[in-house]
Amino acid sequence: MRDFTLFIPEYIAVASAVAILTAELVWPKIRKDYLAYATAAGALGWLIAAIPYIGNTAGNFENLLLTDDFTTYFRILAAGIVMAIALLSAHYLQNRTTTAGEYYGLLLVGGTGMVLMAASRELLTAYISLELLSFSLYILVGYLKRDRLSNEASLKYILLGAFSSAMLLYGISLIYGVTGTTSYEGIAEALAARDGGTDAATVVGIMLIVAGVGFKVSAAPFHMWAPDAYQGAPLPITAFLSTASKAAGFALILRLFTGALVVDAVEWRAAIAVLAAITMTAGNLIAIQQTNLKRLVAYSSIGQVGYMLVAIAAIGYGDAATAQSASSALLLHIAGYTVSTLALFTALTAHYNRTGDDSISGLRGLAETQPFLALVITASLFSFAGLPFFAGFATKLLLFQASTTDGLLWLVGLGAANSFVSLYYYLMIMRQIYLFDPAEGQTRFRPTPLLGALAGLLLLGMLFIGIYPQPVFEATDHAASALFEVSASVLASGR
Amino acid sequence: MEEAQGYVLLTGLGLPLLAALILLLLPSSQKMAVRYLSAVIGAILLGLSIYVFLAYQASGNVIQMELQWPWIEHVGFLGENGISLHLGVDGISALLTLLTGIVAFAGTLIAWKLEYRTKDFFILFWVLISGVYGTFFALDLFFFFFFYELAVVPLYLLIGIWGSTRKEYGAMKLTLMLVGGSVGIWIGIFAVVHEAGLGTFDLPTLWEAGRNGALSPEFQKIIFPFFAIGCGVLAGLWPLHTWSPDGHMSAPTSVSMVHAGVLMKLGAFGIIRLGIQILPEGAEFWMPALVVLGTIGALYGAIAALTQRDFKLISGYSSVSHMGYVLIGLGTLHAVGVTGATLQMFSHGVMTALVFLLIGALYDQAHTRDLSDYGGIAKVMPLWVIAYVMAGLANVGLPGLSGFTAEFHIFVGAFHTYPVFGGLAILAAAIAAAYMLRMFGVVFFGPLNPRWSDLKDLSPMETISAVLLILSMLAMGLWWSPFTDRLENTILNLPGVTS
Repeated sequence: MRDFTLFIPEYIAVASAVAILTAELVWPKIRKDYLAYATAAGALGWLIAAIPYIGNTAGNFENLLLTDDFTTYFRILAAGIVMAIALLSAHYLQNRTTTAGEYYGLLLVGGTGMVLMAASRELLTAYISLELLSFSLYILVGYLKRDRLSNEASLKYILLGAFSSAMLLYGISLIYGVTGTTSYEGIAEALAARDGGTDAATVVGIMLIVAGVGFKVSAAPFHMWAPDAYQGAPLPITAFLSTASKAAGFALILRLFTGALVVDAVEWRAAIAVLAAITMTAGNLIAIQQTNLKRLVAYSSIGQVGYMLVAIAAIGYGDAATAQSASSALLLHIAGYTVSTLALFTALTAHYNRTGDDSISGLRGLAETQPFLALVITASLFSFAGLPFFAGFATKLLLFQASTTDGLLWLVGLGAANSFVSLYYYLMIMRQIYLFDPAEGQTRFRPTPLLGALAGLLLLGMLFIGIYPQPVFEATDHAASALFEVSASVLASGR
Repeated sequence: MEEAQGYVLLTGLGLPLLAALILLLLPSSQKMAVRYLSAVIGAILLGLSIYVFLAYQASGNVIQMELQWPWIEHVGFLGENGISLHLGVDGISALLTLLTGIVAFAGTLIAWKLEYRTKDFFILFWVLISGVYGTFFALDLFFFFFFYELAVVPLYLLIGIWGSTRKEYGAMKLTLMLVGGSVGIWIGIFAVVHEAGLGTFDLPTLWEAGRNGALSPEFQKIIFPFFAIGCGVLAGLWPLHTWSPDGHMSAPTSVSMVHAGVLMKLGAFGIIRLGIQILPEGAEFWMPALVVLGTIGALYGAIAALTQRDFKLISGYSSVSHMGYVLIGLGTLHAVGVTGATLQMFSHGVMTALVFLLIGALYDQAHTRDLSDYGGIAKVMPLWVIAYVMAGLANVGLPGLSGFTAEFHIFVGAFHTYPVFGGLAILAAAIAAAYMLRMFGVVFFGPLNPRWSDLKDLSPMETISAVLLILSMLAMGLWWSPFTDRLENTILNLPGVTS
């Protein structure tokens, strides 16, 4: 039976999107920040509607989508991200465009795509959900029509995105050719049932899928689009790119790799480990040379993706218990990373609204002109670097600890060394903020109450996850165990 | 009683954080309020530290004043007591707590005259102090590392904003080297927690795992260098000491005091807590190397100090030299030597804090730290010179001052296990006498350079701090049984330490 009640939260999101698009159509002169508030309200409704699903028995929609705690976790994350992005776009977009309906509508649609990626348990559904998010992002990145950088970014992103989609589809078709099914469970069973070694088609198929998804989460060497897209996109969309699209990518990876491909772990785990090593090293080393803040954040987030891939490698190398605890720690790290990134971008948006400068040196003297924003930026950078009090310290330590398995200590060590490298360029930003006097003509200012409150809230969130992660960790633990309830039978049959 | 004492420890690490939070909310124009609040917090912490030291029963359990709050457990890979806020002191940390209280209070008073961004300074200062207390109290690996990092990170801004000579370079070098060291600790933590396989970060549980063979000797031998080098960077382990002279030269006075006085001890303390206690087999295997490096550090630091002309560089190198003794003492793995190492941590802490205080007091007026610019200072700054001579003599190891007690123990321990290195260590002490006496002659005595005729002597705040530090040196120098008694039980219970 088709149970349509499984997706009530998403109906709310999509209905809000349609309502917002219509509102601007009917009333073109509507104040653009009202649309932002409407989006945030819709996202809030979405989030609240998701809460009753926590802890429910998993709902299965036609073997295509699954609403378990894992999906619910990403629902709440997606709704929260969309809400924060909408709020921080309000003022930014008001001054830069004449239409905003599509922007906010696409935010909600993109968020829905993210949830569906987490819910998919079938390759084509996963692919379509991924494209739903990607297409929203292609448009959003180029939303500043008169801005050349924004146009360039969008074009680059579309071309490379289409290229990666092609690879992903090719991979999917190869796997389908070998196993005769696109359902994750079916794939796992078919892979486990083969006797004799793995054939080349499977390996090539898996590698193409890894490359395709690697593009989407901007893992090196498939990261080339990221810095340009980050730099050209409107600032709030840069935040959306570095939170939603990465979280969604990892949701898909987790579901796919634990559900379908885990039986063939020997085939891909080394590749993922190497990918993680290259990604974190390249991201952090290239970040050092950046002078533009958005590009720096792009490379720094590539580094973060490298850390997250360590957990995926651990799923391949470890036993079932390790795989589950690594997944749970990864979800925790994603939560901490998301909150920190949103906090950073809220502060940067408030700063950018005032100065219009997105170079690193544009931050000079911020400690004097706006100490609170300086504090929020410092906190989020420290969180990325994994320093105490802030989310990143606890989540990264737990992520690496959970991923430590016998074959993988080298990768975890490399991760620790990379966090050290990252501290250097974060300190270079701190240097501008705290050690230098403000540029001439810069005076003390106040962020708008909305951005100030949002930044404060996210700062508290960062502190909470950093100091007392137990509640969030329990939630991610439930989400991760939901992931493994399905694949427990798979694990038992294969390996 | 035990529980109530646990809350004292909690206050020790919580109060400075609370102070930082209150300061954050104060308007930055309220400089006097900031100072008074900080002085009061400093005094309370001093009282608390003295209480912790005195209340530690020499004849009781090794770990006292325990407090354990579950923090994160039964999730992911974490089992029972996975991560808990587990606090407690043993003899070693009780002594270092006392040191922290003394130096932090003295540092607060010295920072009284700071005018530039006073509020921000004290916020970072208290965060740092909280990190120091937390590291000494933590009996959980997660929180140990949490507070350890917390003590290191504020240094970048403290030196970068309020420092002097080449402050940005010094701050960056120091921060990167110290955080680079903690990468080693981090890797060590991952390896140990994974290998023990107990799903817990609780230190006493891991110590037990290290003793009963759950961590195999081969594993311990591989992982020990990660901890030893990681913590060794902070302890000024040669050849990873190079941040010390640069960092100390750049740092503002009270930061130098706390940094050389207390923070460097965190490194040596980490070698005990993580290295010797978790990985006794590894420690036994690698200790000769630590003794060699410690001896090189002691000699190198002393010889380098002999050739320097800048006050702060002399003290920076002298710190490297003295921390070398600490490493030699630990490396002996002999009860007397380890006792000496711990005493030396305290002794060097108060002595070097005093030295940096005095250098700061002089530099603030004269704006030069070059020895050859001075001469005959004793005529205009008698109190200053007396205090400096006390510190210098403690540095040299004159009987009656703390340096003698500490170094004597170290030499006895060293002669017991490594006679050759004991001899070399004594040679370093002789060189120390040379660089101290050279400084006395050039700066304090001789004809007064007329340029300095209007230098003022120590201010009341500086005098109070200096007296406090000198009293601590005298206490350990004249009557050391309260110190050694409290250490005895703890040190005999360290795995691998012979008596």
